[in-house]
Amino acid sequence: MSLVPAITSLEQLKGHPAIARLLGWNSAAVAGAKFDRDEMSIYIERSSIREACTLLRDDVDCPFNYLADVTCVDWYPSEPRFEVVYHVLSIRKKERVRLKVRLEGDSAALESVTSVWPAANFFEREVFDLFGIRFTGHPYLRRIQMPEDWEGHPLRKDYPVEGYR
Amino acid sequence: MILNMGPQHPSTHGVLRLILEIDGENIVRIMPDIGYLHTGIEKTCEAKFYQQVVPLTDRIDYLCPMTNNLCYVLAVEKLLGLEIPPKAQWMRVMLNELTRINSHLVWLGSHAMDIGALTVFLYCFREREDVLRLFEAVSGQRMMTSYFRVGGLALEPPLGFFDRVRDFANRFPAKVDEYENLLTGNPIWTMRTKGVARITAEDAIALGASGPTLRGSGVDFDLRRDMPYSGYENFKFKVPVSQDGDVFARYMCRVQEMRESIAIVQQALDGMPQGPIKADAPKVVLPDREKMKTQMEALIYHFKIITEGFAVPAGEVYQAVESPRGEMGYYVVSDGTAKPYRVHMRAACLANLQLLPKMCEGKLIADVVAAIGSIDIVLGEIDR
Repeated sequence: MSLVPAITSLEQLKGHPAIARLLGWNSAAVAGAKFDRDEMSIYIERSSIREACTLLRDDVDCPFNYLADVTCVDWYPSEPRFEVVYHVLSIRKKERVRLKVRLEGDSAALESVTSVWPAANFFEREVFDLFGIRFTGHPYLRRIQMPEDWEGHPLRKDYPVEGYR
Repeated sequence: MILNMGPQHPSTHGVLRLILEIDGENIVRIMPDIGYLHTGIEKTCEAKFYQQVVPLTDRIDYLCPMTNNLCYVLAVEKLLGLEIPPKAQWMRVMLNELTRINSHLVWLGSHAMDIGALTVFLYCFREREDVLRLFEAVSGQRMMTSYFRVGGLALEPPLGFFDRVRDFANRFPAKVDEYENLLTGNPIWTMRTKGVARITAEDAIALGASGPTLRGSGVDFDLRRDMPYSGYENFKFKVPVSQDGDVFARYMCRVQEMRESIAIVQQALDGMPQGPIKADAPKVVLPDREKMKTQMEALIYHFKIITEGFAVPAGEVYQAVESPRGEMGYYVVSDGTAKPYRVHMRAACLANLQLLPKMCEGKLIADVVAAIGSIDIVLGEIDR
C-alpha cells in the first residue's frame, strides 16, 4: 500500500490553475485547499460560492463547464457541521476539481448554483431533502426523494437509521 | 389540462410519475416526480463495513450491477492505495462491457416496444439471456452479481468460461445486424425517432447529461477513453458520436456502442493476463480457502475481516466510471474506521432526467414515450 500524504497548504497548491484563478479574483473567497489521492479540493467561503462557480465555468483556458455532482457530508457533532461538495469537470481539459463549502448547523443555507449550471437543480433538491440545507435562489426547492410531508432529513448523522416513525 | 403519466405506466421504465400540463395534444409543461423507489441506500451504507456495501451497489442500478460494483471498489481501492493485479483488471473490463451489452439490450427491447416495435424485444432478450448465463457461470448470480471485491474478484472464473465468452462474442455482431435490420431503415421507426426530442450540445452539458445522451448531441466525451480507469487505456475502441441530438441519434450511439463493447471483450479475451485475481493485501482481501486450512495467520485475518472489517485511511475520493447510462460516480468519505462515513452515488439517470422537460415541452404527448426511452432511465438508480 502506498499512500502519499495529503498536501493541505494553500501556499504549495496555488500553482494549480483553478486555485490561481480563484486567488487572483478574490483571495478571501478561498478558505483552503487539499490535494489528496490525486484529487484537488478547494474550500470556498459560503458567500462567494456562486461567483466562484461562474468564474470557473467561464475560464478561458480550462472551462469547468460540467457540474457532475452536488452532495453533502454531515460531520455532526463537530462544527461547522456540514460540508456541501461540488464535483466539477472540464470536458475539454479532462480535469476534475472538488469545491467545498463549510456550513454551521444552525444557519445551513447558501446560494444556489442553478443559475450557473442548471444541472444543479435536482442535486440541490436532493441535498435539501436529505440534509435540510437551504439553497437560496433555487427555482423549486421542494423535497425530491422523500414524501412531501416527511419529518426530518434522513442523511443527517443525528437521524436514526430506522427513522422517527 | 393536468395529466398524470405514471407512476405505474409501462413506458416509464419503473415508477416514474410525470405531471404533464397539456393543451390538446401539445405539452405545455412537464414535471418529473421521483422518489417512489427511494430505499435510503446511502444511509444504509453508513452502517455497513466496506465490503458489505458491495451487494448494495448491485441494487442501485439493476441493469448494470457490475458497473456499480466496479465504481465502488475502485473508489475504496483508491482510498486504500491498493494495486490490483492485471488479470483482475482485465476481467473487470471484460465483464463491464458484457454488462453494457446486457443493459443496452434491455434498453433497446423496451424502448422499441414503447414505440410499437414489439418483435425487437424478443430478439434482444434472447441474447440478454446468454449474457445472464455468463454472469451466472462466473458469479453464481444472474443479476445481482456482487462479483467484484475490494482488492480483486470474488472467485476464479470457472473452467471453460473464456470459451463460452468467446463463443458469445463471435455470435453477437450478427445479432446486432438483426436488430438493425428490424429498426434502422424501418420507415415507421425513423418517423417516430428522427427529429424527435432534440437537445443541443450546450443544453446537454448545462443540464449535466452524460453517456450516450450526451454523445448523441455531438459531445465527444467518454470516461473510458478520456479519463481511463481499471486498465481501459490498454484497449482500442471507437467512441460513437452523433450530431443530431434526437432520439434516433441516441439510438445509433447505443447500437454502435454494443459493437464496440464486443470488440473490447474480444481484446480482453485475446490478451487476458495470467496471475492472481486478488491483490496481495491480507488485511483487506479474504484469504483463499486452502490457506485457511493450513495457515494460522490466514484464519486470523479471515476472522478479523469478517467480524471487524478493515480500517480505511481517512480521506475522500470521487471515482467516476462510464456506465451504460453515463457518468456513474461514487463519492466515498472515510473517517479512518471500518465503516464508510459517507457513500454518495452520482446517478447518471438523475441528471439525464433533467433533460426531459427541455426535450418535450411544446411537442406532442406521443413523443414523450420516445423521449423517456431514449434517455434510458433506471429508476432504481435515480431514487436509490
